[in-house]
Amino acid sequence: MDYATATLTELRASLRRGDVTSVAVTEAMLDRIVTLDNSLRCYLTITDELALEQAAAADVRLARGDDAPLLGVPVAIKDIIATAGVPTTAGSKILEGFIPPYNAHVVDRLAAAGAVILGKTNTDEFAMGSSTENSGYFTTRNPWDTSRVPGGSSGGSAAAVSAGLAFGALGTDTGGSVRQPASFCGVVGLRPTYGRMSRWGVIAFASSLDQVGTFGRTVADCAALFQATAGYDRRDSTSLDAPVPDCETLTGDIHGLRVGVPREYFVEGLAPEVEQAVRAAIEQLAALGADVREITLPHTRYGLPVYYLIAPAEASANLGRYDGVRYGPRVNGKDVIDTVEQTRSLFGPEVKRRIMLGTYALSAGYYDEFYGRALKVRTLIKQDFQRAFEGVDVIAAPTSPTTAFPIGERATDPLSMYLADIYTLPLNLSAACGLSVPCGFDSAGLPIGLQLIGNTLDEATVLNAALGYEQATGWHRVASPVMASGER
Amino acid sequence: MAHLSQAEVRKIAHLARLALTEEEIAVFQVQLSAVLDYAALLNELDLDDVQPSAHAVTQQNIMRPDDVEPSMALEDVLYNAAETQDDQFLIQSVLDE
Repeated sequence: MDYATATLTELRASLRRGDVTSVAVTEAMLDRIVTLDNSLRCYLTITDELALEQAAAADVRLARGDDAPLLGVPVAIKDIIATAGVPTTAGSKILEGFIPPYNAHVVDRLAAAGAVILGKTNTDEFAMGSSTENSGYFTTRNPWDTSRVPGGSSGGSAAAVSAGLAFGALGTDTGGSVRQPASFCGVVGLRPTYGRMSRWGVIAFASSLDQVGTFGRTVADCAALFQATAGYDRRDSTSLDAPVPDCETLTGDIHGLRVGVPREYFVEGLAPEVEQAVRAAIEQLAALGADVREITLPHTRYGLPVYYLIAPAEASANLGRYDGVRYGPRVNGKDVIDTVEQTRSLFGPEVKRRIMLGTYALSAGYYDEFYGRALKVRTLIKQDFQRAFEGVDVIAAPTSPTTAFPIGERATDPLSMYLADIYTLPLNLSAACGLSVPCGFDSAGLPIGLQLIGNTLDEATVLNAALGYEQATGWHRVASPVMASGER
Repeated sequence: MAHLSQAEVRKIAHLARLALTEEEIAVFQVQLSAVLDYAALLNELDLDDVQPSAHAVTQQNIMRPDDVEPSMALEDVLYNAAETQDDQFLIQSVLDE
């Protein structure tokens, strides 16, 4: 067995049996990263020394019979999540060199679970983007076709898992930033219910929409990371004090599961091959015993404009803190205001664009017309989902209207880039949860994702449906070319 | 149709404390107008009787005990600052002489 290409859950079992040590696996992963990441560029920072220390400590615990859930398993963390003593940039030049004094709650949870941190993964600057092309540092490549984007904003995490450069990874999903790159990279990506994952130590983009999510090569891998990191944290006032169900003993049995197919998600702009694969996946769910029916989410078409008013408005407020005083580089100007303005020139174009948009939407005279209206339509979108979940358990839809697009294709047209998230962002406006699971390939060999959306705090149901589908189809066993190149 | 003037773009940039180049102002004038045009889609809805939602999940007044806990060490707080002096963040003078 080549441990570098095993799944997280397979590796975990091998570590517990003592078939392999965490140090050996961690060294193999670091070797793979050195060999492969020069061209893929998933990682902004590789924490090799820390990883080997954590692996050695894990081996001591494993030898004692400690069964912490991720003990000795090497994973990656999106660089928007704070890691004590390890640079954390949010993909932005305005945080170049920033070293957080504390861990995000989810990082503390990973540490407590015994995980080994391989490094910090690339992201669009402040998670604003769908391709990693907005990273202040470089663009990550898609492991299925390196001339294409991996999706975003958590593109570094998705590509690392797809390429076998991590056994799992954390990302964040504000408008689709876990599910969309999972779809583009052929991995599983879960966006839990808002409030399920603590945002403590997660650099804020849009606070009412941001949520940490997990990536795995399989549904079980994704669930294992979710299980280890989800749950209440009193330091995040929007954290939900609700028990986390056991998502690691799911059966995949979906007999009688009520699956809704929203007609508004199969419209112009959806690539025919994506539609074909998603419809075939829905037929597969029916064949497995699910009760499939068409539903309506009537306000879907308003999701994009609502999102692009609310998210920039919140971002413009959150990013007001970057003034060069307490952290990050400072560019000195002629007086204090000039210094703040010069320092904020370190923001990249997409971040500036969203700060401008949000500032406008919140400004006197325009607040009611733009932000106020958007909040009201958000209510209608939430109600769409609430009504739908009165009749179904899971909603099945495409994750993104297309497969991975070529690097550079949409970089100069913000609206065309925003359309990549048209099927993912309504969920963020609501109280639902969801995931993307691989459901086939287009004729160019690029992965397609099936999105499964569940009711508030019902991650177990979407994971179980995805598991049933995965067991029946086995798309997860098709390795990306980069992953395959590492097999010996 | 929402069409921002260059003067409006400059005003927003000032409010946001962004020093934009002439080129950026010209580009943003076009791009922001396009996004705001798209947002005009919301005008076709009758929203008179709809309550706004600021959050995904409605929670109110989350309380916690007001316990005294250790603060972060001063050296950690100041570590990432561009300039410090006497254990404080150093910035240029804000008030005129």
